[in-house]
Amino acid sequence: MNSERPALLLARHSVFRGLAAHAVLITYTIIALFPVFVIVINSLKSRRAIFADPLALPGPANFDLVGYVTVLEQGNFFRYFLNSLTVTGASLFFVLLFGAMAAFALSEYRFRGNTLMGLYLALGIMVPIRLGTVAILQMMVASGLVNTLLALILVYTAQGLPLAIFILAEFMRGVSSDLKNAGRIDGLSEYTIFFRLVLPLVRPALATVAVFTLIPIWNDLWFPLILAPSEATKTVTLGAQVFIGQFVTNWNAVLAALSLAIVPVLVLYLIFSRQLIRGITAGAVK
Amino acid sequence: MRLRPHVIVFLAPAVVVYTALMILPLIGTLNLALFSRAPDGGAVFSGLRNFATLFGDPRWSGAFWNALANNAWFFLIHMLVQNPVGIMLAALLSSPRLRMAAFYRTAIFVPTILSFVIVGFVWKLILSPIWGIAPGMLDAVGLKALFAPWLGKEEYALTALALISVWQFVGIPMMLIYAALLSIPDTVIEAAEMDGVTGWSQFWKIKLPLILPSIGIVSILTFVGNFNAFDLIYVAQGALAGPDFSTDILGTFLYRTFFGFQLQIGDPHMGAAIATAMFAIILLGVCIYLFAVQSRMRRYEF
Repeated sequence: MNSERPALLLARHSVFRGLAAHAVLITYTIIALFPVFVIVINSLKSRRAIFADPLALPGPANFDLVGYVTVLEQGNFFRYFLNSLTVTGASLFFVLLFGAMAAFALSEYRFRGNTLMGLYLALGIMVPIRLGTVAILQMMVASGLVNTLLALILVYTAQGLPLAIFILAEFMRGVSSDLKNAGRIDGLSEYTIFFRLVLPLVRPALATVAVFTLIPIWNDLWFPLILAPSEATKTVTLGAQVFIGQFVTNWNAVLAALSLAIVPVLVLYLIFSRQLIRGITAGAVK
Repeated sequence: MRLRPHVIVFLAPAVVVYTALMILPLIGTLNLALFSRAPDGGAVFSGLRNFATLFGDPRWSGAFWNALANNAWFFLIHMLVQNPVGIMLAALLSSPRLRMAAFYRTAIFVPTILSFVIVGFVWKLILSPIWGIAPGMLDAVGLKALFAPWLGKEEYALTALALISVWQFVGIPMMLIYAALLSIPDTVIEAAEMDGVTGWSQFWKIKLPLILPSIGIVSILTFVGNFNAFDLIYVAQGALAGPDFSTDILGTFLYRTFFGFQLQIGDPHMGAAIATAMFAIILLGVCIYLFAVQSRMRRYEF
């Protein structure tokens, strides 16, 4: 066998593998996006066209914005959007800061009760915070926080912390201890080591935790309904749900409301996913 | 070692918020399970009688075991479909020189960011025998005979909902495994290539052992998420988890008991007893993971 053929075979083999990889990924991408596509195209069509041919693209013959007009006339979507943004942003900030600090304490220091504290904080992953709703509601009534965004921020921070601590601690155990000890020899305080050395190294984990924390908060229906249902504090998800309830047979309006509820979280995710890519690659190149 | 001041500073904010808003309310709920409604509307201490009813009274225990069995099937489908598919997608995405990787990753994660309100509504539309995108599409490829109103049939509904849930959440294992695969140092991969270990054998022999801790995390998150699930069943089938309770899982069973439905009024005390049982099941699963699996897993520091 001459020396060129194995290389040629290998190259052909890898081209084939590349095509197969693309085929699988494209197929799955279509499966993932198809339902969203169905909602969005039908929200732009007239009522008759929605029923006649659900898969037809909106065109001059069937284009109709009546659904969006109904939604924008009825709802207060801009206010809802700001509320969701405030609640999600503030909760995310506290979850990441407090979560990373606690994860560092658990993964870095050996102190009495470390394992016990880890288990205590992990309890929250296992139990949905919803099981405590009655007591939370009583607490919020007593402190006058009902129908404030602060009530939601507090609950979501508590809800997000356990998982954040669990994941971040797992990642922080992988950070080289030589680096931290070198910092200590140079006289850095434990706080500096945490904020300057460790946090930048776990950026991929932080971005991952951020995405996982953000989504359930943005999409939650339960706590906005119970703790902050007033018009001034409604979130986008609650607003959309209330709207679907009121306009159950008006498919144009429901599809338009769903499309509008998808857009903000999609934009938020796209912004974050760029951070995610940067974070992941920064973490991989050590 | 003594608890030093900076350790307390690092731990305090998380511990305070978490204790006040999660642990104390949960204890309040567990406490509720030990009481029963008195004829005058108040609550009387009844010890473990609610649990005796839950497991002893055939009406209650039948519903409970049905929900638990359905929940186990729901979890099994996630482990057999969601996690292998997630790992496969992550492995494909992390292959070097793959073009459009960022696009695929972003697109495949999109269902995960949607709310249950949207997911439930759209899948009901697609699978509906009346409006029917699914029957039309099957018809187009000559497989119309295969169509059934999956969400309306007792034997298919739970599996269909589990697969919808898989569709929605496959992005989570994909992202976690992807991050783990990227954090494998290039030197390890280069060393493997020097030794002629490439392609699939490189994945099985080098990468998979290194990402096992992440697969462990994914599995336990799936377990906890599935045994807490509620929203998807609720938005797609309602609190009655039809047809004929065939999609009833612990979350919907708890919700019905706690808040009541149709002719039955809500019973916070029985609801709290179910919540306690769910807590015990999940605690058991997590303990098995922490003590039997995680402690034996080898972790590599790079």
